Amino acid sequence: MDKNFAARRRRDLIIAAVLVALAALAPLLIKDVYVQNILILTLMYAALSQSWNILSGYCGQISLGHALYFGIGAYTTELLFTKFGVLPWFGMLAGGVIAAIIAMGLGYPFFRLRGHYFVIATIVIAEIGLLLFQNWEWAGAAMGITVPVRGDSWLKFQFMRSKLPYFYFALVLCSLAWFVTWWLEDSKWGFWWRAVKDNPEAAESLGVVVFNSKMGAAAVSAFLVAIGGAFYAQFLAYIDPESVMGFQFSLLMALPAVLGGIGTLWGPVLGAAILIPMTELTRSYIGGSGRGVDLIVYGALIVAISLALPRGLVSLFSRSKAKGATR
Amino acid sequence: MGLLYGLIAVGLALIFGLMDVTNFAHGEFLMIAMYLSFFLFAFFAIDPLLSAPLVAAAMFVFGAVVYLLLVRFAMRAKANAGMVQIFTTFGLAIVMRGLAQYFFTPDYRSIPQSWLGGKTISVAGIFLPEPQLVGALVSIAAFAGLYLFIHRTDFGRALEATREDPGAVALVGIDKNRVFAFGWGLGAALVGLAGAIMAVFFYIYPDVGASFALIAYVTVALGGFGSVFGAFAGGIIVGLVEAVTALVLPPSLKSVGIYAVYLLVVFIRPRGLFGSM
Repeated sequence: MDKNFAARRRRDLIIAAVLVALAALAPLLIKDVYVQNILILTLMYAALSQSWNILSGYCGQISLGHALYFGIGAYTTELLFTKFGVLPWFGMLAGGVIAAIIAMGLGYPFFRLRGHYFVIATIVIAEIGLLLFQNWEWAGAAMGITVPVRGDSWLKFQFMRSKLPYFYFALVLCSLAWFVTWWLEDSKWGFWWRAVKDNPEAAESLGVVVFNSKMGAAAVSAFLVAIGGAFYAQFLAYIDPESVMGFQFSLLMALPAVLGGIGTLWGPVLGAAILIPMTELTRSYIGGSGRGVDLIVYGALIVAISLALPRGLVSLFSRSKAKGATR
Repeated sequence: MGLLYGLIAVGLALIFGLMDVTNFAHGEFLMIAMYLSFFLFAFFAIDPLLSAPLVAAAMFVFGAVVYLLLVRFAMRAKANAGMVQIFTTFGLAIVMRGLAQYFFTPDYRSIPQSWLGGKTISVAGIFLPEPQLVGALVSIAAFAGLYLFIHRTDFGRALEATREDPGAVALVGIDKNRVFAFGWGLGAALVGLAGAIMAVFFYIYPDVGASFALIAYVTVALGGFGSVFGAFAGGIIVGLVEAVTALVLPPSLKSVGIYAVYLLVVFIRPRGLFGSM
């Protein structure tokens, strides 16, 4: 790999380390619970979007059904916790593994589909999951699951008095998703994925096993999203099918990556950093009327950014990118 | 019911299926049409059946304007054209829902009495609700009309050609934007027709479109992109599958059957039933 690329990667890693350090100190200054809440959600969406970006951005398989994996993570954790008393940490891992297995199981037939047929299939499968969970009595059906309060502890990953532990976990998750992406970018897999995205036939002819690379991307992506789902369930202490598996959620997960820059390392983080605070602020300052003004503003901003910056917000920073593109 | 899904899908079949432009606001188009129909009834006491052409005409203008103001630019995007289309129209859908909430309030509304509402007709001993029957007839007529329009008129050919190769049609003097604006207008008018008929027997509220939109996408994809007849067949299959599923499974699971059939069909035939792309 030539020098530019290696230098850029080193620079990215340093920037990330600085950002994480700054973020880790942020709670010392920000005591307001409402603002902390927004920060947590921002980090969570950044992590989710980063994970989504691995399959849909780098590998080019646009999935609008990732809410399925999110919901599986959330439900696995809470069902194991409330029904069998398994600690959420194990539930989280179990959820991730189950989601990855399901993603690969689904990938087997799904990855033969192209374009719209694939996208609609991902929407449809998540919708089937949603309907099944809504009708699954044992799992609380449409009423969902309320996580019983057992007092603050790291062991049970449950904190009622302070949001800070959630904040730090979200920060770790976001850093993890970023780091996995960073690491994969320069790995064999990263190059395979980009080749598969740009031209699957050519990639195949050069010896890339297209099918396996898609499977790998799907598994990593689903695993990380499911961890996010488990976190969300513990954070809210309540889940129901519509709020963790709804179609809207699949879109919300994709949105930061798309607005920030799909298939880029920084796009999801940048998109989430702008989009999520904006969403929350419009909701609390002008959404109180219950008359949908927040929706109008939010929707209009999405339209404006999509149209104005089809490459995403990262393209604003990309004077050096133009050089990078010729690498 | 199947033909009704067909009716909602026919407009989408034109925009999504034939022009290959993603429209995530299709359900919201339907919602607006239902409100139009409702207000024409509430303020001017015009029966939805009579106002249907008016609604369709208004939706035609709306669809063309949406294309010219938004979608045209979304299609011009050099990078990520697919995602730009998805999220531009998704943003539009959110705005439309917000506007509907703002102006019409989130209340559920319905048209209490109309020429068709609540009446049934007996055909050979089987009682059929009249609104659904009219919906079915309009649906068949709309599909037949669209089919002839696409395959028998110069405009239809221009539309297909424009999708195939916008550069080449420009050389032979076809204005891409005019063709596509007309296509969007027509697609919106068709969904307007669907909205006018559905207003008679469905509750009308800002989020009503979302529940139908997904089924409409599935219908179009099931039939296969690029085929008007496919969307029509897709609509009938979707309706039948839903009816059968409702017999076997609890009613809340009836859509599962539709989704399962879609997956089954594309796994066996990745281009949909009658798709050409």
